[in-house]
Parts: sequence; structure tokens; C-alpha cells
Amino acid sequence: MKNTQRENATNLSRRKFVVGSAAAGGGLALGFNLPFGVERAAAQSVGAGSAEVNAWVVVKPDDTCVIRIARAEMGQGTHTGLAQLVAEELACDWNKVAIEPITAGQNLARKRVWRDMATGGSRGIRGSQDYVRQGGAAARMMLLQAAANQWNVPVSEVTVADGVITHAASGRSTSYGKVAAAAAKLTPPDPKSIQLKSPKDWKIAGKPMKRLDTADKLNGSKVYSIDLKLPGMVYAAVKACPVYGGKLVSWDESKVSRMPGFSGVIQVDDATVAVVANTWWRAKSALDALPIKWDEGPNAKESSATIAARLREGLTSSDAFADIDVGDAPKAIADASKKVEAVYSTPFLSHACMEPMNCTVRITADKAEVWMPSQNAEASLAALSTASGLPLAKCEAYNHTLGGGFGRRGGTQDFVRQAVAIGKRYPGIPVKMIWSREEDQAHDFYRPISQCKLSAGLDQGGNLVGLHIRVSGQSINAYLAPHNIKDGKDRRQLQGLWTQPGDAQIGYTIPNLRTEYAMRNTHVPVGPWRGVNTNQNGLYLECFIDEVARAAGKDPLEFRRALMKNHPKHLGVLNAAAEKGGWGKPLPAGVHRGIAQFMGYGSYVAAVAEVTVKGDEVKVHRMVLATNCGHAVNPATIAAQVEGSVCYGFDSLQSEISVQNGRAAELNYHTYPIARLAQLPKVETVIAPTYDFWGGVGEPTICVVAPAILNAILAATGKPVRTLPLKNHGLKIV
Amino acid sequence: MQLNVNARSYEVDIEPETPLLWVLREVIGLTGTKYGCGIAQCGACTVHLDGEPVRSCSLPLAAVAGRRIVTIEGLSSDSSHPVQKAWAALDVPQCGYCQSGQIMAAAALLSKKPRPTDGDIDEAMTNICRCGTYQRVRAAIHMAAGTGKGGGSVIHMAEMAGAETSAVAGNRSTEV
Repeated sequence: MKNTQRENATNLSRRKFVVGSAAAGGGLALGFNLPFGVERAAAQSVGAGSAEVNAWVVVKPDDTCVIRIARAEMGQGTHTGLAQLVAEELACDWNKVAIEPITAGQNLARKRVWRDMATGGSRGIRGSQDYVRQGGAAARMMLLQAAANQWNVPVSEVTVADGVITHAASGRSTSYGKVAAAAAKLTPPDPKSIQLKSPKDWKIAGKPMKRLDTADKLNGSKVYSIDLKLPGMVYAAVKACPVYGGKLVSWDESKVSRMPGFSGVIQVDDATVAVVANTWWRAKSALDALPIKWDEGPNAKESSATIAARLREGLTSSDAFADIDVGDAPKAIADASKKVEAVYSTPFLSHACMEPMNCTVRITADKAEVWMPSQNAEASLAALSTASGLPLAKCEAYNHTLGGGFGRRGGTQDFVRQAVAIGKRYPGIPVKMIWSREEDQAHDFYRPISQCKLSAGLDQGGNLVGLHIRVSGQSINAYLAPHNIKDGKDRRQLQGLWTQPGDAQIGYTIPNLRTEYAMRNTHVPVGPWRGVNTNQNGLYLECFIDEVARAAGKDPLEFRRALMKNHPKHLGVLNAAAEKGGWGKPLPAGVHRGIAQFMGYGSYVAAVAEVTVKGDEVKVHRMVLATNCGHAVNPATIAAQVEGSVCYGFDSLQSEISVQNGRAAELNYHTYPIARLAQLPKVETVIAPTYDFWGGVGEPTICVVAPAILNAILAATGKPVRTLPLKNHGLKIV
Repeated sequence: MQLNVNARSYEVDIEPETPLLWVLREVIGLTGTKYGCGIAQCGACTVHLDGEPVRSCSLPLAAVAGRRIVTIEGLSSDSSHPVQKAWAALDVPQCGYCQSGQIMAAAALLSKKPRPTDGDIDEAMTNICRCGTYQRVRAAIHMAAGTGKGGGSVIHMAEMAGAETSAVAGNRSTEV
């Protein structure tokens, strides 16, 4: 998700959009001239008596500071975190802060003053902290200057606290609301003159502030995209060929045209049909009754077994590329006094956002609008423009709070394209398209399937002298962003096993190390799934390290520590988790611990799990998860993300999208289990920021959850779990 | 057909097999009750039927006519139900989409068992939350019930200087 969306941003700044054309199975770059000179109404807060001090800060006469936010909110808490960072520099009263999302059209009309709207790759905070803090600080400087001008005193004599400006020498004071109009007329300060606060001095950022977006989630009043109601609206239910790559041949409208509320049947694209009616339930009922003929094509012969065989071949094929090749790993392993080898595998997984894919569209001759839950409102706007044929200047995309995103609603704007194709047939009439849960499960961009062969060599002292990792599996870039594959080498599939520091670096130093990737694509659509490839690669490496430690007769923590001397940040987090998790301390009979560490999205993470295995039942009692995300903007939100990551890790242990007759087999929650409350352990979050970098939070922790649990199962049973889901081994989480 | 929702009477003219969920959302216009799965698996559509928690996506209109239905919009007029207050105090929601159903399920549990045990909560709270807010859901139910149990978010801060402070955030009312 990161690469695709960054690409969007980069190209946008060159006055272009790059639109990932997922439906076509490839990337499609389209150039547009941006509508410079088209001045739109700015965000809605600028009005009666309010003053826009700068793009980020609008102050109302009652001293309310409205902070503008460009990134999407999907539950991860980015809106509150970004507001904290702006408010910190603004030095306003936190109790008088309100947040206001901007639209993609507003951003374009103002030359992208709010910059990147894409929200993925755990970049919401770390990717915008510098310029939003600068925005808050610049607004503060202008507000103080306005007060100083009013009092005719040097600005250096003016101070501010909680939005109250004071001139101590004369005993005068005023408030932001009173000077905002004057401040808005001042020239913004030179960015080079802006001094940001040291995190040591933070009063609003760095604190566990309550979220600003909770109230309307408690009484049913929040309007998600799926809840939107517009006058005269009609509703669409869609169905695409269940076999990926298959085509729509024909349908028999006469069988449904007399059903209540029926409006019409529409071919959405070459694989998709929609029924439109005057309620969604009626549209769905008619769609379910509609006889449809598909040309399923050759992919209908594909299954989980054919795909697994193709991946297995990639474990030993000669076409893999080596990313790390230090020393001579194959020789070191061959010459070692003890050799350990294992093959792991992980399945396709769906995002299963609670709010199914949906989008509302209204198209007239000179205006096209969409209302959607999007992780990238600018990509939605681009998709709207392309699909409607109207220039960007005549398009607008209104983003809603997402009912879950997890990577599903970013670069791939299939739901927008579909809605627009339907909306074009209803000019002037708003059309709300909603996918059924079954459609949502059947047409995801799934977490890619992969297998991994690992070989290790130990010397006589039980030291790891060689490690050889071969990943064979599907490539996200090959499906969504082939331009990111350089010289045929798709390094993204080795995320978390990279040597270069800063983002997703392997935490071990091994004298002979080779990492390889063999691309084995399938006909199944794939995309970024919260944590992306760190989840699979973290599981492969961290479970195998436990197997190797066991073969060496060493404690898994001590075995790791010996390999981590050159990786102090990885080690620091591992030690923090081990200490709070009580590693080595006595446990009740039957309870076993597992440990894991990894790095992703710029953050270092580690986990300790306490697990009992009784017959076929796995019970996870407690997990302690540590993170060094550099700066901890809101510890309460970080804890919420860590707790959620445990659930996502559980799903990676117990869920699977299998392929039968070329299509997804698990189409609803009864066959695709999502973690339930009763299964969850007590979760403790250890936040260990070192304040010398900015790391992500929403994704990185997931990749240590499953391996910590699996390593505890290994400790309990002596048998490694190498293939997921757990039901393959007759195990279930209770 | 006559429908009694949130102590108001509605005359509804639609196919009797229409699920209550879609009657609420598309006919009456109460969209706080959510569509998640359509097969009574996830609980996003939970409402109270004569005081019992039910999954409205799988209940045909014909089965509920004349019975007393309460949705999230009718739980309280001002978000003052103890469950809503506890949810606010502990910042339970993440994306929030499933939370109407979670709150309705929790309110129904407390009306039957004012002081539930963890086992009671395990049994009653089978609603899916894809964001994974379960730890705070459990803590908020304990808070609403005044059981004095339930940890909420447990956060250990390892500060810059290396000095450590620990906080059990679950029972704080102003933070977390």
C-alpha cells in the first residue's frame, strides 16, 4: 500500500495522478491537468466570523480552534493524533479543539496545500508530523504577532498558554479568537524561522488524550458512507463473476423486472452486473433472483491445491532473486555440524471490513460527485474523473469515516469505478451502491499467499552460522503496481527481511545469510492487508528461529539476544517485552511462553504470549507487546492499536480464503472466523519510545502476534505449527 | 403493518419478508443499526425486541410487527445510558461501525445481569469487532456495572530517560 500510494503522491505533485487500475490487473498511469485557478469554497468552517489563519488552523470568535485534517480516519486515531500535534505547536486550549476533514477537491483547488491524503503504510502520523507541526507553529506565530501589533509591543514580549495571549509587562491579555482575523492577514513566517518544540516539553502531544471522534459513534448518529441518504436516491446491488478473470455473458431481466421497486439491470463492466431498485434490500433481492450466465474461463480449474503446487515449485526453482547474500549461506549450512530445515506456508486472507464496500455517486452534465469510505480520497477523485469522463475540476469526492480499512480501500478504487459506471446510467439521480458481505468476501484484494523454505546451520557450540530463506509466493506489486518492480526484483515481498535500516530491517546479524524471493503469481487479486508482508515474513523467521534455538538446546530469548548485538533498537524492544512479560519466571502448570520480535513501518516490536494447549484447544491467556515507534503521540491510541493488532494476529491464525473452482470459498463470517471477545487474552502494551525517529503504529505489531503464540504452542507441544490456519493441525483457539 | 420502534408507532408498507434491519435503515430511516453480514453472525445489527437482544438482519418484518423494538437511537435520548457513558469514558470505539451493536448487546446483558462476571460477558458478547476493541468492551461493561473489575488498556510507559511508569488506564475516567 505504501509504494502505490506514495507513487500517487509523487506524481500528483508533478501535476499528475497515477491510478492503479486493479480491475485490469495492472497499473495504468493517467495524466490530468490539475484545476489550478479554479477556486472552490474552502473547507466549510470558514464562514461567519471565523478566520483561516493558515490551511491547518481556523479560529472562531469563541476561541474554538478548528484543525484541518487531510488523512483518512478508519478507527486508527490519526485524526486525534494529528490534532494533538497541531494543537501542541499552536499552544491552544485542547478543550476548544475541533477537527475538520478536507475534501480531495479542496486539496486540488488549493494546490495540494494539505499534501498527501493517502492513509496507509502506518504513515498517518509519521508521514505528516513535520508539516502539520510547522502549520500549527506558523499559526501560533501569526496569532502572537497580531496581538503584539495590536498592543504595539515587540512580539518577543508576548507569551501564550492555552490560547490566551499575555503581555506580562503591561498586564494585558487577549485570546486567539479576538486576534485571529488580524493574524489571517499577516504574511506567514519563513518556514526556516519556525522552531518546533522538543518532545520533552509536550503538553498535548505525547499524552493519552481522549479521542475527538467518539461521541457520535455511541448513539447511532455518525453517518458512514453506507448510511448516506440523498433526495431521490436509488440503490444498486452488484455481482461480479465469482471466478477471477471470468466474464459476464448474459442475464434474464424478465425474471425480476416485476419485483417490487425494481428499476433496471445494468452491465457495470465486462465481469459485473448490477440491479438498481428503490431500496437496497429490493435491489439485492432482485439480484439474487436474477438468472446470470458467466463465462468462467480457464481459471475455474484453479484451486488451493494447484496454487500450492505452483508455490512449492518456487521453493527450489532457479529463477529466484537474492536480496541479501552475505557470505555463503548454502555452504555454511552444508558444512555445519547441525542442520535445521522447515517449510512454512500462509494462506490468502480477506480484509473483512465491517462496513462492506460501498459508494454513492451523483453525476450531472457538468458535475460528478462521490461519497465513499476511502483510504485515499485523491485516488477516489481520480477514479471518479476517469470513470465519469469529467475533468477533475468538475469532480468532488467526499470521504466518510471508514467502517474499517486495513488496506482494502486505498490504491484500489474498484468500488468507486463500479458506482460511477452505474451512476452514469442515472444522470442527476444519486445512486448508492452497496456490496453484500458475500460480494465483499468474494472480490477482495487478498493478503497474498506464500510459502517459505528456511535452512539453518549450527556450529558445535549451537551458534547460528548460516541462514537461507526462500520465499515463494504471489506479488502485490505484480498485481497492483508493476512499476515498483525494478529489474524483475520485487523486494516488497521480503518486507521485514531487508538489511537497510529505518523501515523493516532484519534484526539479526548472521555471518552467512541469503534471502530470496521467487515470484509465483496466481489469478487471485491481491493487495495490501494491514501489516502487508511483515506478517508472513515475521511468522516465517520468528517461528523458525525458535525451531533453531530448540535444536541448539538454547533458550529462545538468549538465542535471539546473541544475534542482535548490532541491532540495539530491535534488542531494546525485545528486552522490554521479555521483562514485562516475565520471561523465565515460573508459570502455572500447563502454561507456556512464546516470544517474537520484528520490525516494520519504521517501528520495532516484540511480543510475549502465555498459552495453554489442551487437546485440540489453544488458550492464549496473556500477551505483552512492546513497541518503539520513536515518538508516542497518544499512548492510549497506541494501546488501542496494539490491542487491535492482537485480534488481527488471531485472524491470521484461524482464517483462510481457500480457492475452489477458481473462486473464494469462504464468503461470510460463519466460514471466515474473526476473533471474538471470549478468545482474547489480557493484553498489555509496553511503549518504549526513543524519540530519535518517527515510526508507524497501526500495522507493525501484528507481525509478532502469531509467531509469539505459535512459539508458545511449540513450547507446549514440542511440535512446530508450520502451516496456517490452525485447523490444519486440528487446533482451535478458544 | 404496524411497527413500534423507540416508543413510536410507524405504519410500514413493504414486503413482510423484508428483514427488520432494512426496514429500520431504508423505510424508517434509522441508520445507527448496521449491516455487517446478513446472516446473524456479526451482531452489527443488534436491536432489542421486547427487551431481548436480536440480530435484525435475519428477522423478517412479519415476525416483529406490534412488538417493542429499541434501536441504538432509542437507548437514551442523550447518550446517558450507563453503557454509553462507560463506552465514552474508556474511548472504546475505533472505527465505530460495530459499536451500535456492541452497545445494544451490552445493555441487554446488564438489564438481565446487572453485575456480570467475565464468563457472562464472554457468553453474551459474541458481536464481531474487526478493529479489535474487545479489551475495552469488557472493561466498559464492568465499569457500567460497577463491578470494580476489568482492566481496560494496560499501558507500561518506558520513558525516554529510561525511567518507567506504569498505568492501568481502564479505570480512569478522564484519560484513555
